[in-house]
Amino acid sequence: MADLTEQFKERISVAGADRPLCIRGGGSKDFYGETPRGEILDTRGHAGITDYEPTELVITARCGTPLAEIEAALAAENQCLAFEPPHFAHGTNSATSFATVGGAVAAGLSGPRRAAVGALRDFVLGVTILSGVSRRLTFGGQVMKNVAGYDVSRLMAGSLGTLGLILEVSLKVLPRPVAEATLRFDLPQAKALEALNAWAGKPLPISGSCWHEDVLTLRLSGAEAAVAAAKQKLGGELLADASTFWNDLREQRHEFFAGTETLWRLSVPSVAPVLDLPGEQVIEWGGSQRWWRGDAAVAREAATKVGGHAVLFRGTDKSAGVFQPLPAPLLKIHQRLKAAFDPRGVFNPGRLYPNL
Amino acid sequence: MTGRAHTHEREQDFSDVDCDALVAELARLVPKANLLHEQEDLMPYECDGLAAYRQVPLAVVLAENEAQIVAVLKTCNRLGVPVVARGAGTGLSGGALPHGHGVLLSMAKMKRILHLDPVARVAVVEPGVRNLAISEAAAPHGLYYAPDPSSQLACTIGGNIAENAGGVHCLKYGLTVHNVLRVRGVTIEGEVVEFGNHALDAPGYDLLALMIGSEGLLAVVTEVTVKLVPKPETARVIMASFGDITHAGDAVAALIAAGIIPAGLEMMDKPATAAVEPFVNAGYDLDAAAILLCESDGTPEEVEEEIGRMRAVLEKCGATGIRVSSDEAERLKFWAGRKAAFPAAGRISPDYYCMDGTIPRKKLGEILRGIADMEKEFGLRCINVFHAGDGNLHPLILYDANVPGEIERTEEFGAKILEMSVALGGTITGEHGVGYEKLRGMCVQFDSDELTAFHAVKAAFDAQGLLNPGKAVPSLHRCAEFGRMHVHHGELKFPDIERF
Ligand SMILES: Cc1cc2nc3c(=O)[nH]c(=O)nc-3n(C[C@H](O)[C@H](O)[C@H](O)COP(=O)(O)OP(=O)(O)OC[C@H]3O[C@@H](n4cnc5c(N)ncnc54)[C@H](O)[C@@H]3O)c2cc1C
Repeated sequence: MADLTEQFKERISVAGADRPLCIRGGGSKDFYGETPRGEILDTRGHAGITDYEPTELVITARCGTPLAEIEAALAAENQCLAFEPPHFAHGTNSATSFATVGGAVAAGLSGPRRAAVGALRDFVLGVTILSGVSRRLTFGGQVMKNVAGYDVSRLMAGSLGTLGLILEVSLKVLPRPVAEATLRFDLPQAKALEALNAWAGKPLPISGSCWHEDVLTLRLSGAEAAVAAAKQKLGGELLADASTFWNDLREQRHEFFAGTETLWRLSVPSVAPVLDLPGEQVIEWGGSQRWWRGDAAVAREAATKVGGHAVLFRGTDKSAGVFQPLPAPLLKIHQRLKAAFDPRGVFNPGRLYPNL
Repeated sequence: MTGRAHTHEREQDFSDVDCDALVAELARLVPKANLLHEQEDLMPYECDGLAAYRQVPLAVVLAENEAQIVAVLKTCNRLGVPVVARGAGTGLSGGALPHGHGVLLSMAKMKRILHLDPVARVAVVEPGVRNLAISEAAAPHGLYYAPDPSSQLACTIGGNIAENAGGVHCLKYGLTVHNVLRVRGVTIEGEVVEFGNHALDAPGYDLLALMIGSEGLLAVVTEVTVKLVPKPETARVIMASFGDITHAGDAVAALIAAGIIPAGLEMMDKPATAAVEPFVNAGYDLDAAAILLCESDGTPEEVEEEIGRMRAVLEKCGATGIRVSSDEAERLKFWAGRKAAFPAAGRISPDYYCMDGTIPRKKLGEILRGIADMEKEFGLRCINVFHAGDGNLHPLILYDANVPGEIERTEEFGAKILEMSVALGGTITGEHGVGYEKLRGMCVQFDSDELTAFHAVKAAFDAQGLLNPGKAVPSLHRCAEFGRMHVHHGELKFPDIERF
């Protein structure tokens, strides 16, 4: 457990637009966003859980703390990060390549339970950051409700380190569900989407869904009685020992993710009909998150047509832009916010949008 | 809180606004009936739910649609005129307090539910739609809008967005920020912007989160998409009595430690139950030092199981009495008392002042003892109701504005509670907003660098500072005046920094 704030400040002070910094934890998400640029500022030394009281439902940790360490501490108290952040640290040396909590917050990604409980941003309660001119700023806090000042903490979620160096973050945690069960249904895509939307309008303890190749896998989590009643109501085939399945989905170890062609994440309304996309898809989040491999123009057009957006999630050719371009008034606000927090343009230039 | 006309000097000077010229311009933009500028027509808008602060605006515009809002904002931007948006005016921090040299933009006429899709579980509504009206419209589909502020009969979704409103069920179901998918709004420059969408996330920075709780300072909300969630099949509430308020506080922590997230978890102290009981006949235990209301919802089997677990924990924590609602009527009766706490305070005292600090749950006992000491120090009574599950306190300070000096003592008392909330690791406001009222508390909670960052966020949306000026974030000068300025890193007191 070390506090590297002073070292970080020094690094920031000698950095500049011509000598920018690339904020990096375990590097597990190097693939995500536009190509990283700049001198690496390694956050892993600034680590440690600084506060965790289970009855407060809050954990506070320094940015370099391994996500795995946080999850282990929570599991020991029968609690969890309900949004199931993906680690994406597989396949490399686990001693050096691991997901940090700072990186998880900056990437803003959530796992299978997102549609049921909310995204990472919903669980961010507070942050301390270093701004682009080395000011240490604290927003939000460790309490559940807080409307003092603008919600800058949530703004950090998914900002890919372009606004500030996250030093410390407080996250809301939840008890682990008492009971869980996973069901399987043979359903073509249109029927699966219909069923998912119909079920979501009923008080059912659905905590994850995955459709792939005409099979819908559904997870239930909650009180024993609720899970038992839902099992009865929904039917389907019980999948034993399903935790591997859900972990593999969360970490993209599922067979669908093995390919090398550009991987797209289409974020769309859950009721969007079957998208006109050739080849395989994996559909999660009750229909709201659809994974597909293929061409940029096709992905963007398919998502936009139904009121969503497409993210180039993994791929070597990023010329189409990783994130959907912003309308002019929003881009202007983005640029002004960037200039406000990082006036010298030292943090992760171009990682979110080329000119940001 | 009622009392006196109150017009502190504002932070920016807008005294050169030409009222006649402004009214003439506005008259070209909206129908005659939608523009008020005679003194007697303006009076009903002089304050929000916090009546201690009053100010008559130059004009009130009752907008009917987004196009009118765009036109009004463009004009005000060009003329350099402040604009304050107003929903139902139930806010408790002076957020909708008009500007004396500005326009009050009322959403009262924009109250249509534009679209309700039970399959997608969303409702698209205009900003002036009342919170409860959404749940009423969704009810035939077995759905509802989860955040349920006690003011839900009156308050609008636009006001809820501005304050990130919560309710007694937000421990389990979240605040406004967790239940809104999309906000459409207009910037002071008259540009229409959309934050979020009907998917679960949007590209770029999370500006939706930034908008929620921004107290009308960043953009005027013209349309909102809210999430609708299925109504639980059934719900039951436990009313548990405690002989000692600290035991009740410990029980709150114990429930959570047991892995239970109640659908609602509220506390009232003895003076609070004594105030509401004659008013609503909720059946509260008037001998108890404090009562907890602890709700479970879900399937009948689930509720049965959870009520059993809750009961066991409450008994172990020394509950002296436990009653479980036997039917829906009784459940609503138990809640009616809690929801009527503010009006009840108004019944037993000429005036009351509601505070809104939030603290870590474990500090509940400590702050209650602190408040009891302050009652003696300031010679004023205080009754306590809490969103205990969230650690959100609503001490109601009772006073009489006609007694010279009481209002000042009340303000001091309130400020001291908030300072204690911050000292205990909490915040000055959980859900009512900073508004005009808690500017001083902001100087306690944030240092000059952080306040400067907030001003920069504001400037990213509203460079001239025309939307709701002088609210939510105090100027560094104002903090210095309060004498509470945190001097950081040995810096000067008035650093003239443009950037931080
Ligand atoms: C008896 C009582 C009980 C209450 N209980 C609760 C409670 O349980 N939980 C809770 O959270 N609050 C509660 N409140 C406070 C209040 O009801 C909420 O803050 C509510 O969200 C305010 O809504 P409103 O429509 O009245 O907004 P207003 O008071 O009109 O305005 C509040 C703020 O919103 C801004 N605003 C309004 N409309 C717009 C718009 N379209 N665009 C941009 N800005 C806008 C205003 O400028 C102002 O800053 C209570 C109030 C009362 C009187």
